[in-house]
Amino acid sequence: MGSPQRRRLGRQAEAEVGDRTMTDFSASHGKAEILLTVNGEPKQIRAYPMERLLDVLRLECGLTGAKEGCGEGECGSCSVLMDGVLVNSCLVPVLQAVGASIVTVEGLAVGDALHVMQEAFLECGGAQCGICTPGMILAAVHLLNGKPEPSMDEIREGLSGNLCRCTGYSQILEAVAEAARRGSSLSRSSIQRTGSMRTTV
Amino acid sequence: MNTEHIVGKSVPRKEGRDKVTGASKYVDDLVLPNMLFGATVRSQIPRGRIRKITFGPGIAWDEFVVVSAKDIPGKNCIALIGDDQPCLASESVNHSEEPILLLAHPHRHLLPQAVAAISIDYEPLPAIFTIEESELRSEIIWGEDNIFKTYKIDKGDGDGVFDGIWEKADYIVEGEYSTGAQEQLYIENNGMIAAFDAAEGITVWGSLQCPYYIHKALMALCNLPAEKVRVVQMETGGAFGGKEEYPSMIAAHAALLAIKAGRPVKIVYDRMEDMAATTKRHPSRTRHRTAVSHEGKILGGEIDFTIDGGAYATLSSVVLSRGVIHAGGPYYWPSVRIRAKAVATNAPPHGAFRGFGAPQSLFAMERHMDRIAQTVGLSPAEIRRRNFLQPGQATTTEQVVREPIDLRGLLDRALEVSDYHAKKRNFAKQNQLGASKKGMGLAAFLHGAGFTGSGERYLSSVVGVEGCADGSVRVLVSSTEFGQGTKTVLSQIAAEALRLPYENVSMAQPDTLEVPNSGPTVASRTVMVVGKLVQSAALGIAQTLISSGLLREGYSADEFRAACRQHVATHGPFRSWSRYEAPSGIFWDDQAYRGEAYAAFAWAVYIAEVTVDLTTYGVSVNDFVALQEVGKVLHPLLARGQIIGGVAQGIGFSLYEKVVWQNGRMQNGQMTNYIMPTSSDLPPIRVFFEELGNIHGAYGAKGIGELPMDGPAPAILNAVEDALGVGFDSVPLLPEDIMDGLAAASPVGSTGGGGGR
Repeated sequence: MGSPQRRRLGRQAEAEVGDRTMTDFSASHGKAEILLTVNGEPKQIRAYPMERLLDVLRLECGLTGAKEGCGEGECGSCSVLMDGVLVNSCLVPVLQAVGASIVTVEGLAVGDALHVMQEAFLECGGAQCGICTPGMILAAVHLLNGKPEPSMDEIREGLSGNLCRCTGYSQILEAVAEAARRGSSLSRSSIQRTGSMRTTV
Repeated sequence: MNTEHIVGKSVPRKEGRDKVTGASKYVDDLVLPNMLFGATVRSQIPRGRIRKITFGPGIAWDEFVVVSAKDIPGKNCIALIGDDQPCLASESVNHSEEPILLLAHPHRHLLPQAVAAISIDYEPLPAIFTIEESELRSEIIWGEDNIFKTYKIDKGDGDGVFDGIWEKADYIVEGEYSTGAQEQLYIENNGMIAAFDAAEGITVWGSLQCPYYIHKALMALCNLPAEKVRVVQMETGGAFGGKEEYPSMIAAHAALLAIKAGRPVKIVYDRMEDMAATTKRHPSRTRHRTAVSHEGKILGGEIDFTIDGGAYATLSSVVLSRGVIHAGGPYYWPSVRIRAKAVATNAPPHGAFRGFGAPQSLFAMERHMDRIAQTVGLSPAEIRRRNFLQPGQATTTEQVVREPIDLRGLLDRALEVSDYHAKKRNFAKQNQLGASKKGMGLAAFLHGAGFTGSGERYLSSVVGVEGCADGSVRVLVSSTEFGQGTKTVLSQIAAEALRLPYENVSMAQPDTLEVPNSGPTVASRTVMVVGKLVQSAALGIAQTLISSGLLREGYSADEFRAACRQHVATHGPFRSWSRYEAPSGIFWDDQAYRGEAYAAFAWAVYIAEVTVDLTTYGVSVNDFVALQEVGKVLHPLLARGQIIGGVAQGIGFSLYEKVVWQNGRMQNGQMTNYIMPTSSDLPPIRVFFEELGNIHGAYGAKGIGELPMDGPAPAILNAVEDALGVGFDSVPLLPEDIMDGLAAASPVGSTGGGGGR
């Protein structure tokens, strides 16, 4: 139970950003200038260093796609990509995201053209109430970035850190398999829209 | 003319695009100017009198808006069926987490400290926490006897038939079965925003199933007329019954704060508060005593069904009713005596959850059928085959089955697609060695669609369809979308009725200012009952256009749109209304609890294949077959999604989801310690539909939403018994229960419940 993979990824993310030069937060009581890139756009934000990335995205950036389901990294509905790594944004202090490139669900479609994963979710019934969907789609995109042709078991395992109460997962798994099928025949540029260029060979 | 059918096709989900792009707006995504955040101060004890409330030091209390019961303009209750549940406790509390005070502040992060700084001094009173304690009546905590509601059903009792059955019986089989509380665990926590304006009245936006429940509750609480209360549903992130009645409480709280503050107030629960304070599935206890003939025919029996309603009546009477009516399963009972009651305990009120009493009583029935099979010496499939209801026979409430249902055929097909017999034989061999054992289990059941008995007549739902300026139509219903596909399927129905493309139908946002009361979105009633009304209201639009001479019979979609545009240009937008009328031949006697309980039942046979690991005692479900007859399937993709999702919740109910109680308070109110299935925990869930049709539903549809919750628990526990040779009669069944059960089991005959004779 739980999300072993997610925890692993969380640590990985921590390691990756841990060495980055930080803004000086010596005045730790007040808000600080935070620079980060969100869906390809540079953002300059004033926030408390320990504010959750989730709140900064939702309240400061107006990107409400990431949702809070549990506030403790268990449900995955706040999942976003941080430098290509899947993180629970409810567990990431914004300090940790300084200089990082964040991709939220709002960053997947280009204009009216949906990302292949969004299309597959629509067609396969992967979204019911929709509350886990943004996080689930990002987890699925992350999975395919690392493993473009996963088996059904790998998809099951890869999404096990994101809870869904509506679907019983089958149609989500089918959507991911369908996206993988289509993705393998897509041009590289459309895959790069995920903002996870580093993990896309 | 468009001859292609839209019902029966998996058209794109209406709001799907917004959901996959993150554009959908849920209540916590909505920010109103000048808005405050609200929090609830709750009882820390299960029962007692409030002596004193102290606002502790270190908090700038003058910055907070504080509301107590004294601030309630109208009646201090959450109006529902009875008015026994206070909105805010004033003198005494009857359960942990009972709301006492409300706070609001511009900064959300300051609220937890403020809530913690309020101390409440109580005079504690003895509390009761179980059905058995409630029955003892050593403490009376509700009414005169701790009983919210009782029902009795007597069939074949009048002429002494019933009394003779025990003498005639070759076997008398007894068993006791129980089910635990279950959290709905929608991933979006409950939340509401309220705004008040002296001229406009109160408006709430929220995560909810039943706009008009809240409308009714706010009228009574705020002492406002209907037109001064407005309820708007935001996109709702899962509900499963958990947002049927409790949202009225949160709306009431947000409204009181907004009235006092003169500013909008948002209350969004965090997970722990949601788990601890809001409703769960009623815990239950069912006792069966059944007279059976030597060939395995049920001669009659007694069923005693009791549910724990928690501290206030809320919906318990209705949950009990559905549980009672389903208690006999899909079997023919020549005579039966059913006694049922909902009792009070000092726990937060239990409430609606998918299945609504039926998963509880059907769990008992289907475990009991396996016990009867063992006693008689028949297979689980055969005992069911011999007792299935046949067309023309009457249910326990004397409802004659008029559908041409073939339950034996359903059973045969389920056995075949699950490869039941071959697997069972193989497992019997394999189980003799190895550190794990496998088993097969089945459950047969039914689920009534729509409100029970006279319920739909009482609701008298109204639906509207509007002709719009661009030539399209818009459906006006208070039926809400929370994942199940309400918007999509009702649009399909309207499009089919008018022979328009699906894209030419839109759905109005559920907003009591605009949509009529088409009843609550519960009880597997939306597609069947509301859908039928949408169909007829849509036809009214075409009739208006035809009778005004703008449209001819046999029109094309283009002609319809042109006529509709012209009608709106001349007369303005126009609407067609349709009100529920009970079908003829539906008779229900509320006193005797006898008659046509539901206009239609869905029927199902589910089969589970499990492995029990004898090292960890963990049970995994390896394969699951869900076969059902649900009338016409209007949207195959959504229907399959409903079944799989329901089965997944049923697997959670069976094997994972345990609410740990201490003094009537949930101890494991987090997703880390209340465990629902992840994608790794579930088997392939294979869904099969039989389609017989249904004259009462839109295009032959029956209800589908709740059905899949009923079957998994008994199928899985029957499979566990098949694997181990030791049976278990309670859910959830956790590894420690299996360890204890195996340790306690004597080598032979420990699983048979009743004595044969």
